[in-house]
Amino acid sequence: MHEMSLAEGVRGVIEDQQRRHGFAAVTRLRLEIGRFAGVEKPALDFALEVVLRGSVAEGAVVEMIDLPGQALCFDCMGRVEIDDRLAPCPDCGGGRLMPEGGDEMRIKDMEVA
Amino acid sequence: MCTVCGCGTASVEGHGQAQGHAHHHHDHDHGHDHDHGHGHSHGHGHGHGHDHHHGHDHGCGCGGHHHHHDRAPGAGADVHYGTGAAGTSVPGMSQSRLIEVETAILSKNDEFARQNRRLLGVLGAFAVNLVSSPGSGKTTLLCRTIRDLHDAPLAVIEGDQQTALDAERIRATGARALQVNTGKGCHLDAHMVGHAIDSLRPRPESLLFIENVGNLVCPAAFDLGEDAKVAILSVTEGEDKPLKYPDMFTAAKLALINKVDLASACDADLDAYEAALRRVNPAIEILRVSARTGEGMAQWLDWLRAGLAAKARPQAAE
Repeated sequence: MHEMSLAEGVRGVIEDQQRRHGFAAVTRLRLEIGRFAGVEKPALDFALEVVLRGSVAEGAVVEMIDLPGQALCFDCMGRVEIDDRLAPCPDCGGGRLMPEGGDEMRIKDMEVA
Repeated sequence: MCTVCGCGTASVEGHGQAQGHAHHHHDHDHGHDHDHGHGHSHGHGHGHGHDHHHGHDHGCGCGGHHHHHDRAPGAGADVHYGTGAAGTSVPGMSQSRLIEVETAILSKNDEFARQNRRLLGVLGAFAVNLVSSPGSGKTTLLCRTIRDLHDAPLAVIEGDQQTALDAERIRATGARALQVNTGKGCHLDAHMVGHAIDSLRPRPESLLFIENVGNLVCPAAFDLGEDAKVAILSVTEGEDKPLKYPDMFTAAKLALINKVDLASACDADLDAYEAALRRVNPAIEILRVSARTGEGMAQWLDWLRAGLAAKARPQAAE
């Protein structure tokens, strides 16, 4: 969707961290991306490669960790994990699911030198 | 272009380019070319990275801090995780320091959104973020809403990639409006809206309408500090729209099914629209409206007034 904006956000956070901790380079970067975050991972990968150019994180290995999609089923009131945004409730088969988790877009940690 | 704040190509009416403005806290790393051909390769970070960074101190805000030579002497020398930034270690991540960041990628946007929300809260102003695909009738609906609200205090922030056409349409109703052009940006963000709020100075206990860029994808992720997202979906678009673009309708508190006067001409099954909306958001409120005939407008105005009344009322003690 807006992977360039996200990549700019990643760079901003890295630069904040750089000011705080004073490191020379980021060698590895781990992102947590929820299944329902609407992020196209190959597009984000490409955007990061472009946006991080010239930054302390240029060339860093980027790892994206999937976080599961979670929803509240309005039929059985259970909290369930679903893979697909439109999947039925795995417990009761109901179709009224309110996403409650899985929209995360976070920088988890990074390895610096 | 910095697509997070839109600086570079975004402009707020009366401000020119948004950069260099008062509450511009974040650093801009764009506009300067980092490809300055000193030939470092992608592997350069391991151990000798500090050799390469002198060339980056060029007043972009990210330079001038590169004192890492004496602080991070490189791999191996700084493996005391307890004293470092991380305080932990992770299998597979070795040698270098590990910094636990745990920060949302859009944290800067979210901070601007918090500032906007705080300001609007102090004012008791009720802000709605109108989102939809292009052509759903947002501006027409808004013009009608303003007319039907008569003299209620309100202001409008109009977001589009280009032109001030929509702000001009709003101003023609007599309402105060400000156009924000996002340039190439596909959504409004909280920083742009902060500038617009500074310029518009919404009145206490007023309504603030933020008409987002017509786009059913990106604006879902960007909190602007609004009280509610209102998704507008017109009967010409197809009842499966919510299923195709679920995130926006999940993020919305209210959906307005617009152009219902055209429903029969389009063979639109309004119940199917509602079913699709509830499929992706079982908690969503739905109103059927027509900006042309005025159908459903009374309920929509009631919804706005109720929101404003709840926001404007002094916070009841517990």
